[in-house]
Amino acid sequence: MDFEIWDAHVHLSGVPGATPEERLGRLLEFADRLGIRRVCVFMGLRWSYDPSPEEFRRQNDEVLRAIAAFPHRAFGFVYLNPKHTTASLEEIERCVVEGPMVGIKLWVAERCHSPLLDPIVARAVELQLPILQHTYLKATGNLPGESTPQDLAELARRHPRACFIAAHSGAQWEVGIRAFKPHRNIHAELCGFDPTNGVTEMAVRELGAERVIFGSDAGGRSFASQLAKVLDADISPHAKELILGGNLKRILAPSLARKGFG
Amino acid sequence: MANHSCSKESLTSVLQRKADRQAANVPKGPLVARREFVSSGSGTVGFTLAAAISPGLSAGILSQPQSEIPVPELSLPIVDTNVYLSSWPFRLLPEAEPARLVEKLRAYRVVQAWAGNFDALLHRDLAAVNTRLVRSCRATGGFLLPFPAINPKLPNWQEDLRQVVEEFAAPGIRLHPDYHGYSLDDADFIELLGQAAEHRLIVQLALMAEDERTVHPAVKVPSVDPKPLVDIIPGIRGLRCVLLNAQRVTPLPLLAKIVASGTVYVDISWQEGVGGVANLLSYVPAERVIFGSYFPRFYFLSAVLKLLESAISGEALANIIHKNALSLLEQR
Ligand SMILES: [Zn+2]
Repeated sequence: MDFEIWDAHVHLSGVPGATPEERLGRLLEFADRLGIRRVCVFMGLRWSYDPSPEEFRRQNDEVLRAIAAFPHRAFGFVYLNPKHTTASLEEIERCVVEGPMVGIKLWVAERCHSPLLDPIVARAVELQLPILQHTYLKATGNLPGESTPQDLAELARRHPRACFIAAHSGAQWEVGIRAFKPHRNIHAELCGFDPTNGVTEMAVRELGAERVIFGSDAGGRSFASQLAKVLDADISPHAKELILGGNLKRILAPSLARKGFG
Repeated sequence: MANHSCSKESLTSVLQRKADRQAANVPKGPLVARREFVSSGSGTVGFTLAAAISPGLSAGILSQPQSEIPVPELSLPIVDTNVYLSSWPFRLLPEAEPARLVEKLRAYRVVQAWAGNFDALLHRDLAAVNTRLVRSCRATGGFLLPFPAINPKLPNWQEDLRQVVEEFAAPGIRLHPDYHGYSLDDADFIELLGQAAEHRLIVQLALMAEDERTVHPAVKVPSVDPKPLVDIIPGIRGLRCVLLNAQRVTPLPLLAKIVASGTVYVDISWQEGVGGVANLLSYVPAERVIFGSYFPRFYFLSAVLKLLESAISGEALANIIHKNALSLLEQR
């Protein structure tokens, strides 16, 4: 089996470019220098904390346009707002069932332990889609709709058959990993905080390498600092292969098979 | 002043010889990184970042026999200006043991590292912290150079400075305004800069030890505002300053102004964003950018991979990874 680095968390930000595909092209040039083969992309050129349906549709359109230009390099995750249930479910149909996207991205519109997420999670389970949920613990105070790792643990307990990817592992990762541990359906994703020595070792020790996933949060972060968290960790080569691509490949397998990706 | 470490001349020439030798082995060519897939006996397949980047940033398989996942390496020797001994107060780092720290740095082709001590963040007996730092550095035969800490808000910090100069013969000092709780227009801080400059000490100003969003709730560490430096630095004759851990609190346009205000360098440990080092170089000349890893709090490889991501090569690469640091030492 060919080993490839797959990045679970990339945005169309941090690089110049008037169009989504120009920006993704620039990002992939940097990814190439570090051997990153595939990237999961979500959210558009301009963001808002609490997007209206028109707004998240526009952002998803931009991602659709970007990934269409690089079909062998980029996967799309559909960006939703749980406060708009019907529109979110329709957007899943449009972008995933009838479109090429392979996962769901939820950011900071609504804390993820809210019952508002239940219909979205139920549909994700039917479609075998992973949900990548932003989790952050900020000493400076979270945004009103910003999820903590504990919020995600609560959601995962309610939906044992769903597959969650915990973006940022809560940033205060000793706390995040502790919250995720009892829930086998949560994967700790490593992006979007400084390359703090020890994070990957602790995640592998507590969760097992099968539950740890590499992501960069490029272009806001560098691919480099985030990749170092895995390449420089004191873990086995097999664990590195799982974290850098193997786990994401496994999680996305049903979607990729459905869509005829190799 | 006794020089406790290696002779500067000999280190420079060793580095130059090493660089010349390695440059000769590195294929000259366009800035391209190519991936090669290599099969191993066990059937697993890894990749190498075989970068034909002239004339120095060569990535290949670092000899890690246990690993199928190759790690890029720099073919030029590295002077790392931002490492720490002892442990981060909130987490035991595996490399808190100096021997392990040095072993890991050497494995990554570091030939010299400038070291502070994490104990200086919270300990009040800085003389004891600094003495331990200097003792540990001396035991490495000049591989680690000590940058003792001074807190200008402690009574009689002048005695710490005297010790740094007369007893330790250290090349410089490292300041922690965040944990020591002063702003950069503080009169005692400005006085300390002046005295450090008189003694020809390099002043490493570590602007931030940790992202303010992840600090332990029991600790209230104020974010340091670097703006006053623009006005203060030009007033201090002979000051040579290195900003460490700067970028999170210093937007690049402000960083450019601070660097231009005097003999000021900035390290890359906290440079973020895709192609971050290239972005930094569009604001600050390569003659003022310096390699710092913030190891062992950060994974060492982060700083190396950033150079690769930004395809830094040639003279700029040499400047960043050792020449600027060595010329700073020589100016003493
Ligand atoms: Zn993100």
